[in-house]
Formats: sequence, structure tokens, C-alpha cells
Amino acid sequence: MSSPLIKVSNLTVSTSDDNRTLVNSVSFEIAPGEAVGVVGESGSGKTLTALSLLGLLPRGVQATAGSISYDGKDLLHTDSETLRSIRGNKIAMIYQDPMTALNPVMRLGAQLIEVIESHEGQSGDATERVLTAFSDVGIPDPKRAYESYPHEFSGGMRQRVMIAMALLLSPELLIADEPTTALDVTIQQQILALVMHERRKRNMSMLWITHDLGVVANLVDRVIVMYAGRIVEVGSVKDVFTNPQHPYTAGLLASLPKASDKNRTRLVSIPGIPPKPWTVGESCAFSARCTRADDQCRTTLPLLRENSSTQAACFHLMGEKR
Amino acid sequence: MNKRLPSTVFFTRLASVITTLFGISIFVFIVLRVIPGDSITGSLGIETGALTPEQIESLRAYYGIDKSLFGQYFSWMGSFLTGDFGFAYSNGVSVLELTKSALPVTIQLALFGTIFGVILGISVGMFSASKPGSVRDFAGQFFGLLALAVPGFVLATTLVTVMANVFGYFPNGFEYMSPWEDPWMNFQQMMFPSLVLGIAVAAPVMRTTRSALLETVDKDFIRTAHGKGVKHRVVQFKHVLRNSLIPIVTMTGIQFGYLLGGAVITEKIFAMPGMGRQILDAINKREYATVQSSVMIFAIMFVLINLITDIIYRRIDPRIK
Repeated sequence: MSSPLIKVSNLTVSTSDDNRTLVNSVSFEIAPGEAVGVVGESGSGKTLTALSLLGLLPRGVQATAGSISYDGKDLLHTDSETLRSIRGNKIAMIYQDPMTALNPVMRLGAQLIEVIESHEGQSGDATERVLTAFSDVGIPDPKRAYESYPHEFSGGMRQRVMIAMALLLSPELLIADEPTTALDVTIQQQILALVMHERRKRNMSMLWITHDLGVVANLVDRVIVMYAGRIVEVGSVKDVFTNPQHPYTAGLLASLPKASDKNRTRLVSIPGIPPKPWTVGESCAFSARCTRADDQCRTTLPLLRENSSTQAACFHLMGEKR
Repeated sequence: MNKRLPSTVFFTRLASVITTLFGISIFVFIVLRVIPGDSITGSLGIETGALTPEQIESLRAYYGIDKSLFGQYFSWMGSFLTGDFGFAYSNGVSVLELTKSALPVTIQLALFGTIFGVILGISVGMFSASKPGSVRDFAGQFFGLLALAVPGFVLATTLVTVMANVFGYFPNGFEYMSPWEDPWMNFQQMMFPSLVLGIAVAAPVMRTTRSALLETVDKDFIRTAHGKGVKHRVVQFKHVLRNSLIPIVTMTGIQFGYLLGGAVITEKIFAMPGMGRQILDAINKREYATVQSSVMIFAIMFVLINLITDIIYRRIDPRIK
């Protein structure tokens, strides 16, 4: 494998005032051109992990340990100007809610022009490039869009604008934080297809955050499953889907509704709710909800380990006899 | 402008404005008649007691207060609407003449005070909001509270005392100069009262700015702006401040309106011949026409400011239709 584009090591994110750990020792790599999916429930720390890459953590939350190496720099400890020069330029992001992610009082064209000006200064052909970017993402009337305000556009169209904005400077890595969650189902498919197409065209790396396993199946090469602030399983999309090793992953997959199911069986669910990451301590966070858990699970923290197909943080992998 | 006021909105607005002004005219008319004394006692004081009933009767006719209340109201309203604001007996000129010389002073003072106050208020507000909970935030908020708590007359008299006694500098001691007669003297005379008024304006503007900025800074589109790699300073002005302007403009409009109503005490202390002084003198002398017409002028200006504020809203936020 070639050297990774970005390497996250032991990333730990905590609240500033009472030091509650929200993301705990997360490590992963993204290779050039690779698409990685991060799957997890609300509160699993997937969005905070993504925001850490760009130093965009919300107020009151900070990365307290670990490193994120990119291009010979540690993004967690670099100066703000270096970080700024990378944002939107080398690493760009699209967000969950296109209704609130655009500045309501600025014309869409100006919001894209700003990206170019922030990284390249005044540019004579900036307008032309923005119009091209608009038409690339399938916005019907780029000239009109250029002069429009966000509220004049639908959610799907706004997300297209966000994608055009993110792709404007051809970033090496695109971070997508559940960009389809807030959209209608039919629009979701269009947006997914658009992002897949653009990614192939540019051979761009991608980090796709979602709570929906179904979405990542066709979209990414590798899947990271997060639970209560930690990575519980990593593997190729094929392995994770066909041969999950962590009981949580297995449970998630079992809870997906199947179109082929004619018997109208009840949808499988995992009983209970995920614990708060900071309450887990030295135990497997999933142990309280796991049918395979024993005393070891409740007193010792399982670490990621290699097995037949994936890497999973569990003492009693699905592939192993109990 | 491509967004035009729909006609129904326009007419509703117009109707509410007319109702408001009508209500104010009745209110000020009644209040003036309810307070003890009238134009005769106002100008003659205790000597009124020495007048014969015939003399009082002829004076009542002279001042026009011999008519019924309805008669007085409609006679005043009728002439006010045709541009005749009445006669200021004690000054011997028409109220229009009086206002012509007093209003520019007040407008200039209000403008200077508001501009100074808004610049100061927004600066301190941004300074405060840049790091909530920090020492600088505390300092900014302390300034806001102090400016709000110290009454204008305390600040004004302190300024007068210190400048006159310690530095021997007090431009307001000279006769008032309009900017056309002596711009430099006018500026010096405007300086201190504007400072006093400006600080009073700065306090609420600062507090509004701070809370609006803090609310905006957590919005998703601010994160987007940072995520685009926009410079921090640019994000602060172009995204955060720009999206916080509505409440700031509202507060500024209200404050400017108050100042236009004549900063009575400040004008008095600094001997500025503005509307505040005009109306105060008129109340003391029970010059009904002067008070009523001046109040109506304030009310009309206040309405105009609200209208301008509304237009500014539309310029700031394209979502407001």
C-alpha cells in the first residue's frame, strides 16, 4: 500500500470544561483515492472525528490527544494559518444540513468566489470557474444560481451548491458528514450518484460519515464502525458486510430491512441504547447490550485485533466459537 | 431595487402610521390640558392672581384657549396639517421659525451621538464576543453596564466641570455656532454632548451586538465559512457581523429616535439650542401650540426612522419580503 494521504493516530476528543471523553483513541488511515465510510449512531463520535480533521470542532470541545498527520504536518498542532490554507483547498467538507450550512445573506456565487479568493487571491476567471462548477453538479441555470440567495433554492439544490463549493479547488480529500440525511429519498440517490461520479472523475479520497450502512455499501472501499467514541470494527466493505466480526456490526446489519423478505418478519433490533462514551471506562462499551458478553468484557477494554476478515475490538468475535 | 413592497403591506403600514400619529396628537393635547396651569399662568406666573376676570377673558381669547376643547384641537390640527405649526408667544416667532433653528441642532447632535455610539458599541461588542467568558469579555461587559448605569447628567456635569476647571476649555460657554457660521467652533461645541449621548447609545448597542454575535457564531454557515478556509477576520466581519446586523440596526434606530426627540438634559447642560430645550421651555410656559407641534414633529421623525430601518432590513437580509 502506498503511503496514506492522511493518518489519524489515537485521536481523543473531550469537552473542555468537564473533560468528558467523546472520541477515544481513534486511529485510521485514508490512502490516496480511497473512500472510507464511518458508520455509527448519534453520539458515537463520528462527526466529531470528521470535524477534527479540519479543526472545526464546536466551542467547548477539543482534541486532547493524538495526531492527524497530513502532508508532513500534524493538523492537530499546526498553526491556524496552515490549517486555514488546507481547509476548502486540500481538504473540503460537505455538511449534514444544506438548509443551514449556507450564509443566508450572501449570494451563492459570492460564497463560492470566496473559496477561490481565500486561497488564490483575486482571480480573473473566478466567475467562470464558479459557473462551470455549478453546471458540473447539475444546477440547471448556473447564471441564475450565481445571483441567487440560498433561500431561493430547495434543499437538494443547496446541497449541490455545497458540493460545487467543496469541489471547486479539487481537494485531495472530501469529507462528507451525512450529506443526504436531511434530503428527500429521491434526492438522496441523486446526490449520492453525483458524489460518486465526481469522486471517480477526480480520483479523490473521501471520508463519508453516516449512520446508514445501506448508504456506504455502494459508496466506499473501507468501512469504520464506531460505537461510544471508539472504533469497534474496520474492514473492507465486502468483509464487513458479508462477514462482520464485532457483535455490534452484526447487530447493525441484522437490523437492516431486507427488500427480499416476503415473510413480513419483525425487524431485528439491538436492545438498549448506546452508553455515553465517558461512562464506559475500562470495559467493552457494547457489553451491556451484547448477548456474547462475559465478565472479561465488563472489566477489560478490548482492542482492535486482526482476524479472518476484518479488525474488530472484541474478545468474542462472531467468527469464533462460544 | 428588485423587491417591491406589496401594496397591501404598504397600505396597512400607512394606516397604522396615521392611527399612531392621530393617537399621539390626542394624547399630547389632553396631557397638556390636564397638567395644572395654562398659557396665562405660564407667562405671568403668580401675577395672574392680580388680573381682573375681564383681563383673563381677553387673554384667554388672545391665546385661543377660550374655545371648547374640540374647537381648540381641530383648530390646531387644521393649521398643523396645512403647515402652520402655531405661534410661540414668548419668543414672538412662529413655531415653524423656532423649529427651523432648533431642529438642525438636534439632528446634528443625534447623528454625531449615534455614529459615535454605534462605532463604540459595535467595537466593544465584537471585542467582548470574540472570546466569551474571558477577561476581555468581562471588561467589555463591565463597560456596557457602566455606560448603562451612569446617568447622562452625571457624565455631562463631570465633563463640564473637569474641562472648564482643570483645562480651562469649554467651547459650549460661547454662543452656539452652526456648522455654516463656524464649522470648527461648531465641532468643538458638538464634541462633548455627542460624547455623552454616544456613550448612552453605545451601551445598549454593545449589549445587543455581543448577544447577536454570540448567537450567530455558533450557526452552521459560520462553520462552513471556516471550513472554506476563509480568513478568521473576514469570517468575523463578512459572515458573523453581517448576519447579526438586524438586531443591531433595530437598536440603533430606536436610540437614534430617542436622541432626535431631543436630549433635554444634555442640551440644557451644554447650552445647545435644540429641540429638547425648545420643548422644555414651551412646557414651562404652557405654550400649547409649540409643545403639541414639536411632539408631532418628533412623532413623524420617529415613524420615518422606523420606515428607514425597515428599508435597511431589506437591504441586509434578502429573506425579508
